[in-house]
Amino acid sequence: MKLLVPVKRVIDYNVKPRVKADGTGVDLANVKMSMNPFDEIAVEEAIRLKEKGAATEIVVVSIGPAKAQETLRTALAMGADRAILVQTDDEVEPLAVAKILKKVVEEEAPGLVIMGKQAIDDDSNQTGQMLAALLGWGQGTFASKVEVNGDSVNVTREVDGGLETVKLNVPAVVTTDLRLNEPRYASLPNIMKAKSKPLATKAPADYGVDTAPRLKTLKVVEPAKRQAGVKVGSVDELIGKLKTLGVVA
Amino acid sequence: MKTLVLVEHDNGQVKDATLAAVTAASKLGEVHLLVAGQNVGGVAEQAAKIAGVQKVHVADDAAYAHGLAENVAPLAVDLMASHDAFVAPATTTGKNIAPRVAALLDVMQISDILSVESADTFTRPIYAGNAIATVQSSDAKKVITVRGTAFEKAAAEGGSGVVEAVSATGDTGLSSFVGAEVSANERPELTSAKIIVSGGRALGSGEAFHEYIEPLADKLGAAVGASRAAVDAGYVPNDYQVGQTGKIVAPEVYIAIGISGAIQHLAGIKDSKTIVAINKDEDAPIFQVADIGLVGDLFKIVPELTDKL
Repeated sequence: MKLLVPVKRVIDYNVKPRVKADGTGVDLANVKMSMNPFDEIAVEEAIRLKEKGAATEIVVVSIGPAKAQETLRTALAMGADRAILVQTDDEVEPLAVAKILKKVVEEEAPGLVIMGKQAIDDDSNQTGQMLAALLGWGQGTFASKVEVNGDSVNVTREVDGGLETVKLNVPAVVTTDLRLNEPRYASLPNIMKAKSKPLATKAPADYGVDTAPRLKTLKVVEPAKRQAGVKVGSVDELIGKLKTLGVVA
Repeated sequence: MKTLVLVEHDNGQVKDATLAAVTAASKLGEVHLLVAGQNVGGVAEQAAKIAGVQKVHVADDAAYAHGLAENVAPLAVDLMASHDAFVAPATTTGKNIAPRVAALLDVMQISDILSVESADTFTRPIYAGNAIATVQSSDAKKVITVRGTAFEKAAAEGGSGVVEAVSATGDTGLSSFVGAEVSANERPELTSAKIIVSGGRALGSGEAFHEYIEPLADKLGAAVGASRAAVDAGYVPNDYQVGQTGKIVAPEVYIAIGISGAIQHLAGIKDSKTIVAINKDEDAPIFQVADIGLVGDLFKIVPELTDKL
C-alpha cells in the first residue's frame, strides 16, 4: 500500500509571531520556518507503517512557495521515498488545498492519506476532513493510534471525553494528534541521501484547481493584552487575594 | 438568514457547548437545530427548550448512533438546501463533522469564531491565539465552528421550538464505531469549570499530581488540567491537556502550578478571568500573564494552601 503524506511549511512553533503594524497579517520575513509539528507526526507514522511492512512507498506532498522544498527534503530525510511540490506563492486555503490533494490522490492512488490535524499558523483544522469528503472516503481524525488490518484500518481518536475507536474502509484519510508518536530526527547521512531523492515540481494550474480565496482577511490585530499582575510573598497573602476575588470563603 | 446548529449530545443530554453555538447562531438569524443520533427523543425535547430555538430537526437512526462524520455530514448537507448557515461548536465532534459538510457544499469553513461582526464577517484566532483575524466570507452559505468560551450560553429553558422528524440519509458504510474509553472523572468538566487547577512538568510524577494537585482542586470544587509537558511525561491522560493542542478554557480562576507558560499553553488559557501562577522560577513566562504570582517551591506551597483553605 502506498501512503500519501501532505506537509506544510509554517512558522516554527517556538517563535512568537508578530503582527504587522499595518494590520495586514503576521510578519514572516526573516522568521524561522519549520515543518508543521502535526505533519512531522504524520511522516513518522507513515515511516513506522512502512517499517512494519504495512506500506510500500511514502510520497510526501507540499503546496506552497519554492522554499517548501526544504520541508519536503526534511520529510525525505526522515524516510519518505519521494516528494511532490505544488508551487505557488499565493496563500492557499484548506478547501483549495483539499482540491489539489484530491487530484494528487487520483494520480497516486494511495491506500491511506496521513496528515496533521491542523497547521499551527491558520489553526483551521479542516483540510483532512475536506479531502475525505471530496474523495468520498472515511476519515479518522485526531488519531492517537493507527492499526492497518488488510483492507481496513482501526483508528483510535482523541475526543473530548477520552478515546474513541473507529474502523475505516481503506482507502481513508487519517489526521494525526500529538499522542500518536514521537517523530524521529533526521541523521546527517540521511539528510545527504535525501538530496538525491526525487522531487517533482508542479503548479496548481496543472491540476486545474482555482486557488482564489473564499475568505478575505480584513485585518489582523494583536489580542488584547492582559494587565500586569502582582506577586505575593506568602500563601496567606495569596489566600487573601483569592478571598477578595470571592473564589474562597 | 436561517442557521442550522449541530446539537452535541451523548444520546441522553444536550452538551453545554451547544448553548454557546446557539448564541452565536442567533446573531445570524433564525435558529434551527439538528439532533442526529439514535433514540434521541429526549435530547430533541431538551433542545426544543433552548431559548431562541424555532425548530428542531431530528434524525433518529442507527447510522447516527455514534455521530460518525461520514453519516452525519450528508444529512446536514441535505438540510442545508433550506438553510443559509451551518454552525457547530468547536469541540472534537464539531471539528470532525463541520469541514466535511463545508467541502460537500463547496464552501470554506470559518473555524473557531470569537465574534460575529456581521452576517458574513467574523473574528477568529490564528497563530495559537497570538493574532486575531477579521475575515469576510464570499461563500453563499456559511459553515462555522464556534469557540464555546467566546459566547454566552443560551438559556437551556424557556424556548419552544417545533420538533420535526427528518428522514435519515442512511449509512455510507465507510466507517463503523468500534468502542470508546471514557476517562473516569467526577470533577467538573474542564471547558465549563469555574475554577481550574492545572499542573505542569515540575510535579515530577503522576503520584505527585494525585498528592498535590487533586486535593487542592477538590477543596476548590475545581477541574484539573495539565500542561502538554505533564501529559507527555505521562503524569495524566491527554484529555487533561490545556492549550492550543488541547482544550481552550476560560474559567473565572486558572491556577497554574509548576507550569512555565509556553506559547501553546498560554494560547489555551489567555481568556481566563484571573490567572494565578505558582512557580519557583521567577522568570517563567507564566508570570507575564498571571494576575497573582507566588514564587516558591510548589511542594511546600500547595499543601500549605490546601490546608489553609
